Amino acid sequence: MSTLGFCELTISYDGVCAVNSFNNILHSGEWLCLIGPNGAGKSSVLRAAAGLVKYSGSVAIDQKEIPTTSARWRAQHIAYVPQTPLMPEDMSVYEYVLLGRNPYIKHFASESAHDKLVIEKVLTRLDLTRFSYRLVGTLSGGERQRLVIARALAQEAPVLLLDEPTAALDIGHQQHALELVDTLRRENGLTVVSAMHDLTLAGLYADRLVLMHQGVCVASGSAQSVLRSEILAEFYGVSARVHHEPDGTVVVIPQRSTSN
Amino acid sequence: MSTQGRGHSVLWFSLSGLLVVCAMLAGVMIGPAGPTWWRVPLELMNRLPFISIDSGVSKVDWNIVWMIRAPRVVLAAIVGATLSVSGASYQGVFRNPLVDPYLLGVASGAGLGATLVFAFRGNQPSTWWIDPLPLASFCGALVAVFITYTVGTSFGRSRSTVTLVLAGVAVTSLATAIQTFILQRNNDVIRQVFSWVLGRLSSATWGDVRLVLPYVVISTVVLLLHRRLLDVLRVGDDEATALGTNIRRVRLTIVLAATLGTASVVAVSGLIGFVGIIVPHAVRLIAGSSYRKVLPLSVLLGAAFLVAADIPSRVLADPAEIPIGVVTAFFGAPFFLILLHTRKNES
Repeated sequence: MSTLGFCELTISYDGVCAVNSFNNILHSGEWLCLIGPNGAGKSSVLRAAAGLVKYSGSVAIDQKEIPTTSARWRAQHIAYVPQTPLMPEDMSVYEYVLLGRNPYIKHFASESAHDKLVIEKVLTRLDLTRFSYRLVGTLSGGERQRLVIARALAQEAPVLLLDEPTAALDIGHQQHALELVDTLRRENGLTVVSAMHDLTLAGLYADRLVLMHQGVCVASGSAQSVLRSEILAEFYGVSARVHHEPDGTVVVIPQRSTSN
Repeated sequence: MSTQGRGHSVLWFSLSGLLVVCAMLAGVMIGPAGPTWWRVPLELMNRLPFISIDSGVSKVDWNIVWMIRAPRVVLAAIVGATLSVSGASYQGVFRNPLVDPYLLGVASGAGLGATLVFAFRGNQPSTWWIDPLPLASFCGALVAVFITYTVGTSFGRSRSTVTLVLAGVAVTSLATAIQTFILQRNNDVIRQVFSWVLGRLSSATWGDVRLVLPYVVISTVVLLLHRRLLDVLRVGDDEATALGTNIRRVRLTIVLAATLGTASVVAVSGLIGFVGIIVPHAVRLIAGSSYRKVLPLSVLLGAAFLVAADIPSRVLADPAEIPIGVVTAFFGAPFFLILLHTRKNES
């Protein structure tokens, strides 16, 4: 069981404020989705939780402040998937997933039998076993996305941070990737924080949405309460219709300004 | 080619090991003067305990083999292995396949350090209890890499490899300029310095081997221990950190170890180009890009390559010698051009 808490999180880059007083608490198995226009500070919140940026305020996992922990401890508790992961083209799929075991392998040691077992399991789980010896450069976009998630899962961390996990994928692969994360969340009690641009998908999968604008959290709650056309118009500058399906799904459809 | 399982690794390691042994054997067998080549292995066996073979090698001939060829071969192996493994490590740590030890100013810094020693010592033989030459080369190299690294990484948020290379070029020019200035003021040591710069494998002694061995062993062991972490660094600073690596410490340790190795071999052998760049690339072509294979294979193939390259350098222009750097560049430059050409066609 892990709790991820943000309290008065504030991040500045060269004096420019990127995130201002961000608060939230996530319990085991919850999925929080950060939405908001480009530059709203979504990625910065994730990077703070991953221990990659300096901040003031507090980000803590099980009451442990992120900067006071070692990189190794953090990697055992938080898996971070950046927006555009740097994937060496000439690295094999197996080697890439092995990187996820880094926090468990001693500095100068090699992977143990247990590490290999975990990798085998992850590869099977994500249907990547037949690619084991393929080079990363030969994979398609969808396969790469699965591979990055595989590496994150190999970390066996209770918290998963996803920055735009579906940005480069077609609609089928988007659904597949998110279904995968959702299943893992249900099965393993993963706590998920993701930043997403597709509002319909965000509302579909997340328990809670947080709408950020210029570094400030301007709305938070369920998809029904956050995804409203007047809110979207105010913060995205978009004119959109919001459609409520009978099953509770909220669909956001952008509107054309001139009709034929 | 990408499906290298464990079996392939064992194959490559045994082949490379065999290559080193063959090259070293050929190295002690071939050369101007000395005994007929086929008598050398017989005499080597004769020297082993419990074996007695009449090889017909005279005492004078044996001295040529043991006091002149053998240290030279061993030193060539050490230098080749160190330059290759350092080159591969630099390429990994800077995530740039074109970085070689000399590009970052290690060589010119070491050269400047060595020149200072020659200039201050003049033509007097050293009266120090320890030879200051490797130490001075090492310090010069360290300062040069430090400046290159600090300047090359301080601009912009991400470390641009272009800035890094430019900083290396600038530091190299600066160190060379200072070296030239000192040489102009100390005409008497020019000959010494230039014979040092052109490579000194020809005058290798067991003393050189003993001098360089501790530094090289430390450097190589440290680098080999980091082979797995070099793979982690390949995904970039942020992700490597998020994967639990203290990248600042790892990078600093690797740069220090590679600099220690390069600087100490440059101190005894002068500048030998291209080894640190072609050997790691050749290894990547045959065994894949994982540093867990690239580093150990670079040690073996680097040793074999330089020992082999040293043979034509002493035989072809007999009785004169072709500088070893000329031979490595002669094979290295075309190889490198072919490599660039194939890379271009791939993309």
